[in-house]
Amino acid sequence: MNLAAATNENLAHTSNVLIYSSMAVYTLAFFAYIAEWVFGSRSKVGRTAAALSGEGTAAAAGPVVLGGPTIVTRSAAGTRDVPDGPGASGGTYRGDMWGRIAISLTVVGFLVEACGVIARAMSVERAPWANMYEFSITFSTVAVGAFLVLLALGKNVRWMGLALVTTVLLDLGVATTTLYTDSDQLVPALHSYWLWIHVSTAIICGAVFYLGAVGTLLYLFRDSYENKIAQGGTPGKFARSVLDRLPSAASLDKFSYRINAAVFPLWTFTIIAGAIWAGDAWGRYWGWDPKETWSFITWVAYACYLHARATAGWKGRKAAYLALIAFGCWLFNYYGVNIFITGKHSYAGV
Amino acid sequence: MSKLNSTDGRAAARAAEEERDGELGAAGARLSTAPREERPDAATETGGVPAMGVVGWVRWFWRQLTSMRVALILLFLLSLGAIPGSLIPQTGADELKVQTFKAAHTTVTPIYEKLQLFDVYSSVWFSAIYILLFVSLIGCIVPRTLQFVGQLRGRPPGAPKRLDRLPAYTTWRTGATPEEVHGAALSLLRRRRFRSHVTGSAVAAEKGYLREAGNLIFHVALIVMLVAFAAGQLFKSEGGKLIVEGDGFSNTLPQYDDFRSGSLYDTDELEPFSFTLDKFVSTYERTGPQRGTARTFEAHVTYARGADGEEKKDVITVNDPLEVDGTKVYVISHGYAPVVTVKDGSGKQIFKGAVPLLPRDANITSTGAIKVMDGYRDKDGERDQLGFQAFFVPTFAGAGNGTMLSQFPAPDNPVLALNALHGSLGVDSGLPQNVYQLDTTKLKPFKDADGNDLKQRLAVGDTMNLPDGAGSVTFEGVEEWASFQISKQPASGWALTGAVAAIAGLAGSLFIQRRRVWVRAVRGTDGVTVVEMAGLGRSESAKLPEELSALATALYDRAPGVLDHDPTATDPGPDVPAAASAEGAEK
Ligand code: HEM
Repeated sequence: MNLAAATNENLAHTSNVLIYSSMAVYTLAFFAYIAEWVFGSRSKVGRTAAALSGEGTAAAAGPVVLGGPTIVTRSAAGTRDVPDGPGASGGTYRGDMWGRIAISLTVVGFLVEACGVIARAMSVERAPWANMYEFSITFSTVAVGAFLVLLALGKNVRWMGLALVTTVLLDLGVATTTLYTDSDQLVPALHSYWLWIHVSTAIICGAVFYLGAVGTLLYLFRDSYENKIAQGGTPGKFARSVLDRLPSAASLDKFSYRINAAVFPLWTFTIIAGAIWAGDAWGRYWGWDPKETWSFITWVAYACYLHARATAGWKGRKAAYLALIAFGCWLFNYYGVNIFITGKHSYAGV
Repeated sequence: MSKLNSTDGRAAARAAEEERDGELGAAGARLSTAPREERPDAATETGGVPAMGVVGWVRWFWRQLTSMRVALILLFLLSLGAIPGSLIPQTGADELKVQTFKAAHTTVTPIYEKLQLFDVYSSVWFSAIYILLFVSLIGCIVPRTLQFVGQLRGRPPGAPKRLDRLPAYTTWRTGATPEEVHGAALSLLRRRRFRSHVTGSAVAAEKGYLREAGNLIFHVALIVMLVAFAAGQLFKSEGGKLIVEGDGFSNTLPQYDDFRSGSLYDTDELEPFSFTLDKFVSTYERTGPQRGTARTFEAHVTYARGADGEEKKDVITVNDPLEVDGTKVYVISHGYAPVVTVKDGSGKQIFKGAVPLLPRDANITSTGAIKVMDGYRDKDGERDQLGFQAFFVPTFAGAGNGTMLSQFPAPDNPVLALNALHGSLGVDSGLPQNVYQLDTTKLKPFKDADGNDLKQRLAVGDTMNLPDGAGSVTFEGVEEWASFQISKQPASGWALTGAVAAIAGLAGSLFIQRRRVWVRAVRGTDGVTVVEMAGLGRSESAKLPEELSALATALYDRAPGVLDHDPTATDPGPDVPAAASAEGAEK
């Protein structure tokens, strides 16, 4: 018995060391991403301006060829035909090298952090998400994991690396300093297999919604940038350097739509799973507890966003604002409700 | 500035959309059953006011209500309206908190009450939002369903004149005859489960109807869920009962400590069953920073269905209620019930029982009252009543350690402290009495030898003697009690069905792309057949060109390109940009 307790304490300690190590690795990754952006700024590509002002030919990828006839694609009416930016490295050799180093470090950081989460789970002998500390470390692990999965699938998401690692560092910083809770067992209300189902999907939804929100935010910047050029304006030097390397507004918009649309059914499932659990634990499946309320608000806000995309006059920027509001609701549900509002959702040691 | 831009952008987008509509004609129409947008500026041309009578107005109002724009606004209002309920205490969730809030904020309370902010989710304004939303939803679903059924019975629309204007396009020249190409295309598309047919010189095909079906199912499922939820509220029943170990409960109205039910509930519907609390087991963390945190709560019960059904045993835990014929029994909280015996001056035992006390803190420091109403006579043989104010700590810090606050929630060192009073308990006054409190208005404290109020701390087995031969109280031991919630919530099966259907419908709606493919084959003047293929989706998708490519490759195998073909024939012509869109660039 005591031996087991000592083992658990050792594991908990190992977990902490791993989490701190992952922070160190992410910090290195952060600097590598910065280097990628800095070296990339020396590129003189300026594709967006070229495409929008009609000079020169934009260097876009060729038509889809799968052997046999050649397919020619055309963007839908009403969207700007702007090629994606070259990415943070700006197509430069050194930028690209740093970018690759950054990605490799991100992979290492992810593996170390994931081991930290697993060690934590083993030390407490349960799912590692019963308090805000555990929730936060799992959340950032999943966010980085989702990013790496998208990269591995060959999606064009490298532009997101710097923003992602920055927030992961923030998240882990807050987790280890103010949210830290010693590893321990669960209060009886959390003893349920629904903990695995409901909370794991909630974390996945949040992490992936977060990637969508980054895409949306960058879409807004990039869209203003393209608008300005299309109107014949000259954007600032910084905007030219940074925004020009991002994917086109249309691509960013589509990226965040796909992400949000893909996660929305899972979020719906999360809420329903929560309701079923509440039915078992508290004797009612819906009681407008603050956490339930904010999950509902988040859900309706995302539904609003999806509707906006299908409503003329609401596409584009307005829909993007709705998406950001929706993610803001998710964040508030996670931090705000836990910290400012007391309800039935007890997280030990906020 | 940016606002201006986006307005321009929108105008451009709209113009382009109109251009596309004009170009594609019927081919692009009805790829979705979404209501056609009312152009906001079209309304302003006539001043936004319909120039018709009452019927016109009603019609106008209905069209507005069922438009996507208003649905959007109502959705937004719904999420906005839900916010105050999470910040202000709600009567439905925590009555006590509401009282505390009202006492602390006397200025805003009347305003909040006017605005029904203590009952947001049943308030008039919140109900108005969601009822309007659901009327809008029904008004939206019905025509969309009819339209969809029409689409299912009809056939995919014919090819637009210029296929090369579509988002994905390809062409080649083949030696096969147009009829052979049509036949090959039909069988190919049908094998891939496209609905297809030949119209004019082209094969028209469509796939992905499940997207629309899923979307409709999702919206219908929302209505099912709402109705189930409302029915659940109207027909539900819910009551609480505190039971000390060894005691029982049978499901009839008088047995409840408190009982609430929906407005359409009939108490005859109480499911006949009974149960006894055999034992309550609770354990707590003993060490570490979470010392004192509860680890297990288990109520061991014996229950029986009906009036005299077979007895069965079960363990109720926090996430695992006992379910008897649709009624669920949850364990909600627990506490301690000290067992005391009270004797009168002559030594006759007049009361013996476990008295449940209410926990006041996490370590279960508890308070309550012991009331001896009948059978007690004082030393003169006069009828009197006894009352004791009881404080109980399961783990006492030790004598000299100040307060009566418990150090740990388990009964490691239980101590009961009593204040003794006598007189009238006021039970007969007809007013409802709180069993956990003494009404001291007609009670006089016993005095000790120094003239102070009589009070004493008792360990298990200790006795407190009342002065002047008034009797004694003995602390015999401790039992645990558990409080149960017994509730029946009908229609939850419907709510669950609706929820599952909603997720399935949503997945169909968001993951399936509805798209059309046309294959045109025409014999050119030189006798060689020109094949043109094009695809159109409701929204741009990287999948569309990929799928068209796969189809074209398969068709190309059956209608191979002619070797001597003119190289310019595969060039889609000057209108089509040589560069692929961003879409094509995406992997
Ligand atoms: C109870 C509130 C509602 C919720 C939660 C809701 C939710 C949703 C969601 C999540 C979608 C996304 C599916 C997609 O993008 O394909 C959607 C689509 C849609 N909704 Fe709703 N909806 C609600 C009410 C309404 C109402 C009142 C209308 C009628 C005006 C409506 C009409 C539509 C239409 C036409 C689509 C399909 C848009 C498209 O084809 O892309 N919805 N809805």
